[in-house]
Amino acid sequence: MTKLNVTINGLPVEAEAGMTILEAAELAGIDIPTFCHDPQLVGAGACRICIVEVENARNLPASCVTPIWDGMVINTESDRAVQARKANLSLLLANHPLDCLTCEKSGACSLQDYCYKYGVSETDYVGEGKDYAVEDSNPFYERDMNKCILCGKCARVCHEINGAGAIDYAFRGFTSTISPAFGEPVENSPCVFCGMCTDICPVGALTPKLSKGKGRVWEINKVKTICPYCGTGCAIDLHVKGNEIVGASGNREGLANKGHVCVKGHYGWDFVHSPDRLTKPLIKKDGKFEEASWDEALSLVADKFKAAGAEGLAGLSSARCTNEDNYLFQKLLRMMGSNSVDHCARL
Amino acid sequence: MTNSIDEVENADCLLISGSNTTEAHPVIGYRVRKALKNGAKLIVIEPRRIELADYADVFVQIKPGTNEAIFNGLLHVIIKEDLYDKEFVAERTEGFEEVKAAVEKYTPEYVAEITGANAEDIVEAARIYAAADKASVLYTMGITQHSSGTNNVLAIANLVMATGNIGRESTGMNPLRGQNNVQGACDMGALPVVFTGYQPVVDPAANEKFSKAWGVSLNDKPGLTVTEIFKGAKDGTVKAVYIMGENPMISDADLNHLEESLDKLEFLVVQDIFLTETAQYADVVLPACTFAEKDGTFVNTERRVQKVNKAIGPIGESKADWEIIMALANKLGIDWNYGSAEDVFKEITSLTPSYAGITYQRLEEEEGIQWPCPTEDHPGTKFLHQGKFSRGLGKFHPIEHQPPAESPDEDYPFILTTGRNLYHYHTASMTGRSKGIKEFSFEDTLRINPEDAAALGVADGDMVKVASRRGEIQVKAEITDTVGKGVVFMTFHFSDSPVNKLTNCVIDPIAKIPELKVSAVKVEKVAEMAAK
Ligand code: SF4
Ligand code: SF4
Ligand code: SF4
Ligand code: FES
Repeated sequence: MTKLNVTINGLPVEAEAGMTILEAAELAGIDIPTFCHDPQLVGAGACRICIVEVENARNLPASCVTPIWDGMVINTESDRAVQARKANLSLLLANHPLDCLTCEKSGACSLQDYCYKYGVSETDYVGEGKDYAVEDSNPFYERDMNKCILCGKCARVCHEINGAGAIDYAFRGFTSTISPAFGEPVENSPCVFCGMCTDICPVGALTPKLSKGKGRVWEINKVKTICPYCGTGCAIDLHVKGNEIVGASGNREGLANKGHVCVKGHYGWDFVHSPDRLTKPLIKKDGKFEEASWDEALSLVADKFKAAGAEGLAGLSSARCTNEDNYLFQKLLRMMGSNSVDHCARL
Repeated sequence: MTNSIDEVENADCLLISGSNTTEAHPVIGYRVRKALKNGAKLIVIEPRRIELADYADVFVQIKPGTNEAIFNGLLHVIIKEDLYDKEFVAERTEGFEEVKAAVEKYTPEYVAEITGANAEDIVEAARIYAAADKASVLYTMGITQHSSGTNNVLAIANLVMATGNIGRESTGMNPLRGQNNVQGACDMGALPVVFTGYQPVVDPAANEKFSKAWGVSLNDKPGLTVTEIFKGAKDGTVKAVYIMGENPMISDADLNHLEESLDKLEFLVVQDIFLTETAQYADVVLPACTFAEKDGTFVNTERRVQKVNKAIGPIGESKADWEIIMALANKLGIDWNYGSAEDVFKEITSLTPSYAGITYQRLEEEEGIQWPCPTEDHPGTKFLHQGKFSRGLGKFHPIEHQPPAESPDEDYPFILTTGRNLYHYHTASMTGRSKGIKEFSFEDTLRINPEDAAALGVADGDMVKVASRRGEIQVKAEITDTVGKGVVFMTFHFSDSPVNKLTNCVIDPIAKIPELKVSAVKVEKVAEMAAK
């Protein structure tokens, strides 16, 4: 790898040839605002919030798609860059519904964060305001295109990562929006409800329905774990408030999935809080289940196992449970003298 | 999998068979599409026109239960046209000559006759597969759920070895495991013949090692398999059964037969998160925690051991499965006192050479580890069989095509094959209780070819009765040309239309997997589509 030397905000940075300004800045721990950039997607250079000032360059280049050169001198927060960014934000605000008080994204919204950072609270532009109906006819997520800032990441994740290609830019200019073909609702498109678009949206335009009203971003703790469904083993974050799961999203650290998920991993977690959950041991008496204490239930099981003897005892362990569960299961049966332990892996 | 999920996108050729990857393993499906964008060739060998068939360079539509014939056919062409990897065959394998002789008669024409595929497609597929530098085979239950399931897998192995597509990145034979921890359950010895890490119970050294570690003298005879357990229940030799987190009353073949077994049983204890169809038959039901309420590890299809982390406390009085088992052991007078899942894991690694180098700390720091990982400084194993097979030389096995146990006849003229859909998972005990998913996908349909439907006078949405020699169910018909003539398809997710009342429990003699993928059935219309 050829090393290049650049200066960012007065700091000397040694970066690799081929890196963008944004990547070199990241290397140096310097944050540059972005809307349309994502390291997993092909660079689009669409939103221009990431512009920076480069010495001796006429324009303000978009840092996410501009490669560095040796000796480049970059200022990410120069007056010119900041003014341009403010103007950009101001334009976006002009036709963005300002309902941060009730917006699910509040606290994790890039638009909100950058407006805060640059002190943009109102707009000099008189916007026409958009007037799209909120689309909520599918059971998984709502689409409120009034909030869309047209970064295009949802469409790109859908094409580049998922491959479904369900949504894309539609129309040009002010009426531009993101939509499935012919303005149909997503359930009539090739959408497979992976929800990766909702994870990647920088604003509150795409909202998972199951999570609505369940908690503010800052009340939610994310716990990384593994999806309980298929053998791909996707790493997911469970969003937890108190003792309740209120959402899930892909976790990009997972090496099997790199943050990608399908509908089950993303929207299939709520069985955990189903009212059908078993909460007490049950013993069948005269053909009917009655609640019992753990002690009573386990004593009965232990007596029956002893009575059955090693030859008469068998167990089905589970491809759904953890290794630790499975290990102790077979250990117990084997210690009781029975090797008749199997599971439904074959099914 | 011999190789890793990440390697899929860099293959030059993907051969997918018996796997509806985009629905059953969606995230791996994304990688397949990525590979195609990168220019990989795709061969799909399937009874159904699955989504990926639309992107395939060759789509070979076969009759269910004819997989080994196809793989023999591909190998026939590859040998005939001299496209095999002579160096690999000579240096790394044995038994090639026998296989060469065995596939001699599997000419494209003969295979076309058995499988219903086109002879030209077979030739084309063989050439594409053989021409690739890095070819990877992906398959699932569509290969293994047959009375000849083991042979199907061996036939694939023959093809893979003959072309040297193993032991290198982006190659290999890659079974995509269905359930989140099927791999782990096997690794942990939840099998009648092995302890953890596939150490045989009959091996005196292994038996002694575990006897010593657990402080008892252990049984050294193989135990019963699932199918044998239920048979034992029926004839009274098995008296008590402990079922943890499984729902065979939906997932198992030939449900009517199974119901009888459960009824006969003296004592059944079911440990689960819901009162499943199976739990209804229990004498005692023990409430377990879900994945979200416990710590532990799952192993994915690429052998990656990953850390499961507790997100919330137990719901109600439910407990983690390992805690319940420990409490039961204590009642049985066995003195266990594991303080945490990690304590259990430490014992596992101390007894399992392929896990010996894995610790919870490493799992968190390294985002999971792919076994084998024999020592703490071993990075884990991305792909298997590099330079050498575990047994030394790779062994070719001559395989003959064997027709499925049931063939369509006058009384039962259709072949029924089963699988999954994208939205539901297995017996739907979880997804069926997930609001969004349940709302979106709430019933099954019988997929039937337009010509067959017309002959039966069945319209889209009509209620039909589907019957096999073992039972009957009712379900709505969905007319689609994704299934070939004479073939019908259903999923096994829905308890309203329990397809496994129809399936056949004839099992593969070695892997003991029932032939869920092929049953002979008849279809009759019972009612017109309800007026909307
Ligand atoms: S949910 Fe997935 S498939 Fe549907 S539009 Fe979003 S990214 Fe595309
Ligand atoms: S919906 Fe969100 S992700 Fe999609 S273009 Fe609009 S702002 Fe970007
Ligand atoms: S998110 Fe989807 S693909 Fe990933 S493990 Fe879960 S079910 Fe499988
Ligand atoms: S983030 Fe660079 S142009 Fe959008």
